Parts: sequence; C-alpha cells; structure tokens
Amino acid sequence: MELSHVEKHFGSLHVLKDINLRVNMGEVLVVVGPSGSGKSTMCRTINRLESIDSGVIRIDGEPLPQEGRDLANLRAEVGMVFQSFNLFANKTILENMTLAPIKVRHMDKKDAEDLAMDLLARVGVESQASKMPSQLSGGQQQRVAIARALAMKPKIMLFDEPTSALDPEMVNEVLDVMIQLAQEGMTMICVTHEMGFARRAANRIVFMADGRILEEDTPDGFFDHAKTKRAQDFLSKILTH
Amino acid sequence: MGSVLQLFSEYNIPGAFWVNIQLTLWSALFSLILGVILVVMRISPISSMRVFGRTYVEFFQNMPLTIIMVFMVLGVFAQLKLSFSTVFSVNFFWLAVVGLSLYTAAFVCESLRSGINTVPLGQAEAARALGLSFIQSASEIILPQAFRGSVAPLGNTFIALLKNSTVAAAASVATESSSLMSEMIEYHANSIVAIFLIFALGYVILVLPIGALTTFLSNKLAVRR
Repeated sequence: MELSHVEKHFGSLHVLKDINLRVNMGEVLVVVGPSGSGKSTMCRTINRLESIDSGVIRIDGEPLPQEGRDLANLRAEVGMVFQSFNLFANKTILENMTLAPIKVRHMDKKDAEDLAMDLLARVGVESQASKMPSQLSGGQQQRVAIARALAMKPKIMLFDEPTSALDPEMVNEVLDVMIQLAQEGMTMICVTHEMGFARRAANRIVFMADGRILEEDTPDGFFDHAKTKRAQDFLSKILTH
Repeated sequence: MGSVLQLFSEYNIPGAFWVNIQLTLWSALFSLILGVILVVMRISPISSMRVFGRTYVEFFQNMPLTIIMVFMVLGVFAQLKLSFSTVFSVNFFWLAVVGLSLYTAAFVCESLRSGINTVPLGQAEAARALGLSFIQSASEIILPQAFRGSVAPLGNTFIALLKNSTVAAAASVATESSSLMSEMIEYHANSIVAIFLIFALGYVILVLPIGALTTFLSNKLAVRR
C-alpha cells in the first residue's frame, strides 16, 4: 500500500501536506503525533472515507477507484476500526458480524455465523453474541468491531484511535487483541496515543505534525533518538509523567 | 340532548368518520412509501436525485392542500381525463387519496429526515467501510434506525393527515365528515353548536389514541446507544 504526494484541504485548512508513505505486507505501522496533526484524516483517506485533493493512493499497485461498486469492493478489503466503535445499533452482535459477509461477500448465513462465532471467540466475547451493542462495555464493543472487520478477511486493517474512547481499565483488552493480530502477520496501520503499544507492536513509527510526516523510524530509533525538535517536544510531553 | 340523538339517527355520522379514516389509512400507506423513496433520494450520493427530492418536498410542502385537491378533480380528472372508476364517488375517493398522499409524502420525507439526523454519522461510515453499497447501508442500517428515531414526527404527520382528510371535500368526496357537517348545518341551523361539537369531539376522540400510541412507540422503539 502506498500514498504518494497526497494533499487535502478542509476549506482553508491544509490538513495533509505532501504525504508519502509505503506500507509493506505484514508490516505494522503506528502513526503518532499531536491532536490535529492529520493522523486520523490520513488513515481515513486510505479507504476513501475522506477524499483527497491531489496525489495517488495505491493498494496492491492499483489506484483507489471512484465512488461506486469498485470502491465498495476495495473497502471490503480494508478493515477499519473507529474510535467510537460504530457497531450497528439496530443489530445484535452476531448480526453486526454477519451483515457484510452475507451482503457483500455473498456467504451463506450458516457459514457467516460460524465464522462470526470463531472470531468472537478469538476476541473473547462469544458469550455476548445475541446481545445488542448498547448492552456491552466499551472494550467489548471495540473487540467486536475488530472482529467485525476481520470477518471480511481484509488485506489490511486501519485503526483510527481505537482506545481513545475507552475507560482506562478497558484499554488493555483491546490492545491485547491488536498485538495478537500483529503477531499473526496482519498488515496494520494504527493511529494511537498508546506509546507502550507502539513500542511493542510496531515495525515502524510515523510521526506526524501539522499535516506533514516529520519522521519515520523503528520504535527504538524514534522513542530513544527522535531526530526533529517537534518529535522531541511531543515525546517529552507524553513520556514525562 | 334529544336533538343530538335525533341527529345521530337521521345521519350516518360514524359512517362519515369512517370515510375519513379510510382516506387516512390509504394515504398514510402511499405517502409512507413515497416518503421513503423521497428521503432516500434526499440522502443519495447522486446529486440529481437530491435535487429532485428537495424540489418535490419544497413544492408540496409550500402548497395549500386545497389547491392540490381541487387540481386533482379539475385538472387531473376533468382536464387530463385520468380516472380510477366510472363510479363517481369511488373515483373522487381515490383522487383524494392521491392528492393527500402526494402532499403528505413531503412531510413524511421531512419527518424521516429528522430521524436520519438522529443516526450518528459513524453508523454510515462503518457500513461504507465494510463495503456495503449506499442502498444496502440505507436499508439495513440508516433507515431502520431513522424510523425508530422519527416515530414522534411521523405520528404528528399522520395526525395532521387525518385532520387534512376533511379537505377531501374539495375533491368532491361528499360522504366524508366535513361535507356531512355542512349538510347537517344547512338543514338544522338551530343546532349549529351541537353539530360543531359532535364533529370536533369526533376528531379529538380519533386523534387522542394516535398521540398516545405515538408517545408509547417513540419510547419503546428508541434506539439504545
């Protein structure tokens, strides 16, 4: 997956400035940076939840298609996990899991349910399958959201601040699932403020500020020897507590 | 009191209300179908669809119902020669249903749109991110939640529809309640107040349960988030 010379404006605000980034198969990329630096926006452009003004985004060498059936197919290949979980409020956990496999992948109901139960068991919430999303804790909802994305057998998973809306005691149960996924070789792009997770799971850290990618480095290289002043400032603010 | 009983025995008052109830039920059904189509157009990714939906709503919302009903009879039937039946009363009944449905659909559309605004943006984003098409997201995720979030405005729209069904008099539906009321007043000028009260109370009795049902369903169906 590759972004080259990507630019985006929100009105007069220039949110993405000449973004160039390559993610290889099986790589875990963690994007960090201060709020408003464009991390989430970049993550959302990859499955075109946000459009871009110029530049090219390629997945498997193919540029992102225009809105329509091709784009829907591509989105099915890219799993996305949101800050606010976004489980479908009118469907049970099991229905949340099986909706897209049945409608988009045309799986039959039984197979989709078997797959769903397997995945729910993997993230440890199989006992909640018949409940509605609002009956689950935030951590459980987010684990279901990860399983729901996995049910589409995506080539790449995008995580847009998956733990930011969680109570502190629920953060780890979600990060554990993500680390497990990283160890299984899933290609992942994670926007997060969890520096412990970034250090443990990432192959590479990308530091963004003011709409630019300022640094790209290994976790050790970034956390121990940040090159730019901006990154040193950022790290000193979040690591000195 | 005796005069009221005499009015009831002389005229089929429940029968007249029944005509309004039938007008309302048919128009509710058709306006609901049309309103759903319109609201899907209004949120569609295709801009010409959005323009059409919006134009329809603006047109019918801002037009007096009486004009639509008169047009159904003088324009659609008399001039354009479209009719539903050779029996006049049946024909006028259905012309009135069409007029009421076209008009009410604009309000149903806007009620549903207020319901759609209660559905967080993230629900649609999650559906798109999973590869669901616009129609699939709308029918599986957005509209089911929007319906449950728009029970109260929809209820109000249908209450207004029941009251508006009296405008069918303008489409020559002579058997409905307000036509009957005019007729009764003409022959019983000495009991005008009683006649008014009969019809006023009749509508209050019809509307109150709809309001209560709306409130009940609105709470019961609310989407838990």
